Amino acid sequence: MTDDTYLPRGLPDPVPSPEGLGTEYWAATRNHKLVVQRCQDCRTWQWGPEIICRSCGGEKLGYEQVSGKGTIFSWQRAWHPVHASLKDAMPYIVVLVELADAGKVRMIGNLLGDREQPVQIGVSVEAVFEDHPGDHPFTLVQWRKT
Amino acid sequence: MPRDTIRGKVAVVGIGETAYYKRGQSPHSEFKLCLDAIRAAARDAGVDVRDIDGFSSYSDDRNDAMRISSVLDLKELNYCVMQWGGGGGGVMGAIANGAAGILAGYCDTVVVHRALAQGQFGRFGQAMAMPVAPGEWGHVMPYGVLSAAQLFGMRITRFMHEHGVQQSALRAIALACYQHAQNNPRAVMHGKPLTADLYDQSRYITEPLHLYDCCQENDGAAALILVAAERAREFTDKPVYILGAATGSAPAQGATAGGISYHNAPDYATANFKTLAPRAYRMAGIEPNDVDVVQAYENFSGGTLMALVEHGLCEPDAINHFFVPENLTAPHGKLPLNTSGGNLAECYMHGLELAIEGVRQLRGESCNQVQNARIALCIGGPLVAPASTIIFGTDAGTNP
Ligand SMILES: [Zn+2]
Repeated sequence: MTDDTYLPRGLPDPVPSPEGLGTEYWAATRNHKLVVQRCQDCRTWQWGPEIICRSCGGEKLGYEQVSGKGTIFSWQRAWHPVHASLKDAMPYIVVLVELADAGKVRMIGNLLGDREQPVQIGVSVEAVFEDHPGDHPFTLVQWRKT
Repeated sequence: MPRDTIRGKVAVVGIGETAYYKRGQSPHSEFKLCLDAIRAAARDAGVDVRDIDGFSSYSDDRNDAMRISSVLDLKELNYCVMQWGGGGGGVMGAIANGAAGILAGYCDTVVVHRALAQGQFGRFGQAMAMPVAPGEWGHVMPYGVLSAAQLFGMRITRFMHEHGVQQSALRAIALACYQHAQNNPRAVMHGKPLTADLYDQSRYITEPLHLYDCCQENDGAAALILVAAERAREFTDKPVYILGAATGSAPAQGATAGGISYHNAPDYATANFKTLAPRAYRMAGIEPNDVDVVQAYENFSGGTLMALVEHGLCEPDAINHFFVPENLTAPHGKLPLNTSGGNLAECYMHGLELAIEGVRQLRGESCNQVQNARIALCIGGPLVAPASTIIFGTDAGTNP
């Protein structure tokens, strides 16, 4: 099971906020769909999910599926383990991805492949769904170069 | 034009610090360190500690005003405020809040204080201890984005990309801090000089941040005493006046520093001073080129660089040329920076030691004294929101 995930198990599992924000997103990723919160009135995309639309103040918010295509907006390669579960997983690459079709929404994930590969801002990537089974299963959205 | 402000109306009359230790090395509890720093600041000011009647701190400081005022047997407790924000972003804001309490008439003698014993409590350089990652954190932490360096580092990378910043600019900040620390016996890194080679060969914490780009983890405490400007000379012949201050952030910088909304801020590659710096300068009635010496918070050197640019001290297209150790070191540099060694090499006292060094420069008492320093700029916590900045001067009344 651990071999199927980019980082070993043991990091904090994602859960919705106490207000329930993110529930729809995590449900969608279980079905290998990438969704983003969108105002049903003014059609503005927003991320992370919020209680009201930051653009028009509207309260009719939904989640809409996006293509899973994007470009690397920024990145880092972590070398120092800051969590016990990461001791044997160094280094690893984190990318901040600007989605191609959801305004300027950015999401964080790991860049799959060689952990010491060169990384450049502006490179195209696509979403890959990484299932984490267990008592409280969830699916992370990772990224790979296209 | 401007409303009445705090400009020149409140003075720093006392500064106090404990010895500074590596993380976990303090022989005392955090609360004892806190009391020691406050008593040292009161002694420095010639203030009877029982006359302190106001408290200001930041970053959810654990040493609360009620316990301090009880154990120090204060005559009155008239003011106690905490600056919002988790990191060291609020440090200069805490000083400004203290000044506001005096100016408003709520209190007379304020102590601004911060204490850390990372041996007794949690470490900053490790992941936050959270069993699950709720809401904002769920979109960040499961990908191994857990420590401060990881939460904020991608802003630095983006800034370096947008402006073609070379690693040598970050290195210059680390070298300047370490060079200053060699003349400062209080500095934890005193006697441990840093060279360009050592920097280059040091391991990455997370690219582009080398070990020496990241603040230390320390134990200790610091405090300073504020009174109204008209009372300042009762306590000292070298009062240091607050000329301008600002606390806050650019628009929509996120619900939590480092959470997913932080990474969706419309202006991403910012240290968060683009709105604050002009406000502080305007209040102080000065321009960036009036600044004689800068103490700028280094959580990470790249953030320090961004903060200095956003304070108008270097144009973005001049960064690689300007950020060399010669320009950043006292006494002859164009922009003497972190003259006590700062968070990198003196002590990570969450930035309050930087404000104290700013005061020392204006008193003429620094280990790396800048000649005739009259204006000191002190900057708190770049890359986080809220961030804060403050301008100190030797002269309350007239423009420089
Ligand atoms: Zn809307």
